[in-house]
Amino acid sequence: MKFLVCISQTPDTTARVAFTPDGKAYDGTGVTFIMNPYDEWYALVRACELREALGGTVVALNVGPAANETTIRKALAIGADEAVRIDAEPTSSAFTARQIAEYARAENFDIIFLGKETIDYNGAEVGAMVAEYLELPYIAFASKLDLEGTTAVVERDIEGGVEAVEVALPFVVSAAKGMAEQRIPNMRGIMMARTKPLKVVPAVPADEPVQVVKFTLPPPKAGVKLVNPEDMDELVRLLHEEAKVL
Amino acid sequence: MVLVYAESPRGQFKKAAFEAVTFGKKLADQLGQSCAAVVLGNVQGDPGELGRYGASRVLQVANEQLNTLDSQAYAQVLAEVARQVGATVVILSHTSTGKTVAGRVAVRLNAGLVSGVSSVASVESNGALVVRKSVFSGKATAEYAIVSPVKVLSLMGNAIRPEAIGQPVAAEVLPVAVPALRVRVREVRTVEGRVPLPEAEIVVSAGRGMKDPSNWGIVEELADVLGATTACSRPVADSHWRPHHEHVGQTGIAIRPNLYIAIGISGAIQHLAGVNNSKVIVVINKDPEAPFFKAADYGVVGDLFEVVPRLTQAIRKFKAAQ
Repeated sequence: MKFLVCISQTPDTTARVAFTPDGKAYDGTGVTFIMNPYDEWYALVRACELREALGGTVVALNVGPAANETTIRKALAIGADEAVRIDAEPTSSAFTARQIAEYARAENFDIIFLGKETIDYNGAEVGAMVAEYLELPYIAFASKLDLEGTTAVVERDIEGGVEAVEVALPFVVSAAKGMAEQRIPNMRGIMMARTKPLKVVPAVPADEPVQVVKFTLPPPKAGVKLVNPEDMDELVRLLHEEAKVL
Repeated sequence: MVLVYAESPRGQFKKAAFEAVTFGKKLADQLGQSCAAVVLGNVQGDPGELGRYGASRVLQVANEQLNTLDSQAYAQVLAEVARQVGATVVILSHTSTGKTVAGRVAVRLNAGLVSGVSSVASVESNGALVVRKSVFSGKATAEYAIVSPVKVLSLMGNAIRPEAIGQPVAAEVLPVAVPALRVRVREVRTVEGRVPLPEAEIVVSAGRGMKDPSNWGIVEELADVLGATTACSRPVADSHWRPHHEHVGQTGIAIRPNLYIAIGISGAIQHLAGVNNSKVIVVINKDPEAPFFKAADYGVVGDLFEVVPRLTQAIRKFKAAQ
């Protein structure tokens, strides 16, 4: 079996959010970057578990500059066998999806994994685009994935429940909580990661049909209005008359 | 033409579909175009009712294969319908279905996609459509210009209210070929009773401050009087006090109800990431230092075992007086 895991690099969950003065880009100065949690905890770990059970190869792929190689090495330390970095700034979902699809087209992966979304731009767009470029089935928000021969049984989160579907290999899947448990890389994994292959591939040109106009931070909250715990009628009055939500 | 995919999971229109049609109608007015809704598969009731929310045409591809969500088949059919009606904008809902399909439709139509849109910022003279969405888990807003000739967007739930701004129309059946499906549904498990969390307008959520799963009765009662949906924090879901699908937060689901009542939840940044798009947040916690109070509109510092029943009582009284 051959598994591709697409990993993104995102600002740490607790990082402050700030933008460049022109409002056109995220200002990552002094920010710690991490592997997008859905990619790391669920997609990558499940791919490694399947490889451990069935044999094969796990390839971690990142679209990003050389600075992302720390994150890519972490994927290798967690258990990916080899890595590919497509050498470009991932400027948009459309661009990133096109790069992933171009690379994956010739490689005949059995399953292409992604996280359900990145925690920065919250798009949840890339997986469906990759699947369309490659003309493969796509299951989004999968919280469970098991293989029965060349058929996968995948549970996907839907509004208020879960839908279990069957799909034949190959396909694209985005991983949500439940698909696997987070793994902390051990010392052996970290040592081995240093010598695992990391291939750098040039990007292909892609259209940019969506452009950033600006990013803005929300106005600061007015501050919490404290209500006397003995007087819940007052809270109801505020919710009705002031907030107008009751 | 603005084309809205009015989704009907398991044969039923949900609020998301009505929101998308109303949003589509308003955008169509802004563009000087008309709004058509498209329905895939069989639905209960008359799809022409979507006209009430602003669709001047309702198109149905009534192939029963489309009762199963196969994103490839959906995208192929939606793109074909978009071509047939000459759509300049295709709108989906930002739901589990929309997220599965929108990216594919965009690729097929060579269109720019922005997902999770909350509003239209402007229509530019060069034809670009500028839309707003929440990014960084609600910590910032982005404006994106879609510059391709055809544009695809998915609408965030609760971003607008469905409005009765039109009349029912006669649904037209469209003959569109449906490819062989590659995904088969084995089983669907849904929770009956309450409105699913992403659609809920009021959410009552509780955390570790509840001390024990057997104490949830007061949360359920408050949710009942409000017609709200219940949710929980991650530690509560992880210790199986409450089901996984109730977990809101960064790794759970992100919601944006009109009113979010957090009971005995400290407000870790990962929890806030899933709820800080809520319009109004009420925090009930005995610890005045709980970080959640910084993100709250209204706060009650007190023992939740006393405050919550008191609030339930107050709401009951308020509802009776209405």
